[in-house]
Amino acid sequence: MISFLVNNVDVQVDAPGDTPLLWILRDWLNLTGTKFGCGVAQCGACTVHVDGQARRSCVTPVASVAGSAVTTVEGLAATAGDGREFHPLQAAWIEVQAPQCGYCQPGQLMQAAALLGETPDPSDDDIRNGMAANLCRCMAYVRIRKAIKLAAQAQNGGRK
Amino acid sequence: MRVAILTAAAALSTTVALATEADLRRSESFDAKQDRIERSVALFGEMAKVITHPRCMNCHPADNIPRQGDEQRLHRPPMVRGGEASFGPSGLHCNSCHGSENLAVVGHDRDIPGHDPWQLAPASMGWIGLSVHEICVQLKDPARNGNRSLADIHKFLATDGLVGWGWHPGKGREAAPGTQEILGELTQAWIQTGAACPK
Ligand code: FES
Ligand code: FES
Repeated sequence: MISFLVNNVDVQVDAPGDTPLLWILRDWLNLTGTKFGCGVAQCGACTVHVDGQARRSCVTPVASVAGSAVTTVEGLAATAGDGREFHPLQAAWIEVQAPQCGYCQPGQLMQAAALLGETPDPSDDDIRNGMAANLCRCMAYVRIRKAIKLAAQAQNGGRK
Repeated sequence: MRVAILTAAAALSTTVALATEADLRRSESFDAKQDRIERSVALFGEMAKVITHPRCMNCHPADNIPRQGDEQRLHRPPMVRGGEASFGPSGLHCNSCHGSENLAVVGHDRDIPGHDPWQLAPASMGWIGLSVHEICVQLKDPARNGNRSLADIHKFLATDGLVGWGWHPGKGREAAPGTQEILGELTQAWIQTGAACPK
């Protein structure tokens, strides 16, 4: 039995240890916000946080997160505290209407949250480098970058 | 004919996978060289077979971009060194994808390499593009080698786990030549003979 937290809820799964965390989230726990894109750590669609750090869940064996705290896009708002409906990044995403088809966006949001967690006021280079491995086939990159800047401002007390 | 080709291909893949001890000479095979400095230079030349191998060089870029594979192509997906810690940019650390051990991926002919930690060598230790002489001089320079003494360098090459990964790279990439033990012996002998660098 492998035990860990998902969005602050204790879970125990009786799965082979090498099962990708992504399958556990989607197929066992029904948390389908996290997406499958490539399965080989090339696109970022499956990004979640493990103990606050971005992780590609498609190449993360579930056994490796035993005892850890996993956060998925469903739990992102709660990490902002004070009972908000949306994380500042989600609010900014809505404000600039960042998504097109939306498929890559849970991964983009989780990656952006990891970036702001480490660098609350990111430069263009920080954003470019931190987000470079999250692909968007709809080319929403410009709006994503704008939303990250907006969220950073909001988090830093500028607005909202 | 088809059988013959398949057999040849199998033999080749076995050769690649094994990358044996025989690929790296042991330090005692240099004992016949009378001149101490000449022996030291020859020992470093042998060490350089490991040092310049893709398993080492790929994580010693001079341009802050890791390389991948035996062909040493730029890392895919795009990745940069990040800060001084050399484990990736803000929010996207090497271990976002690289776990604590090599990971087989169904349907793919290469494992995703893994070790804890997984990171680049410091920027001052960029080797790609340098000659063996330049790498040797840099390796000995405490200002560029992380303030290491020669004894520290020996310990690092002989025992560091990430260096050791070079001989256990998983499916789809060639192991470094020889063994870490032989590299350790060569390094010790190189130091004992004066740690001379090739010209
Ligand atoms: S699905 Fe994990 S990186 Fe693409
Ligand atoms: S919005 Fe469609 S893939 Fe990014």
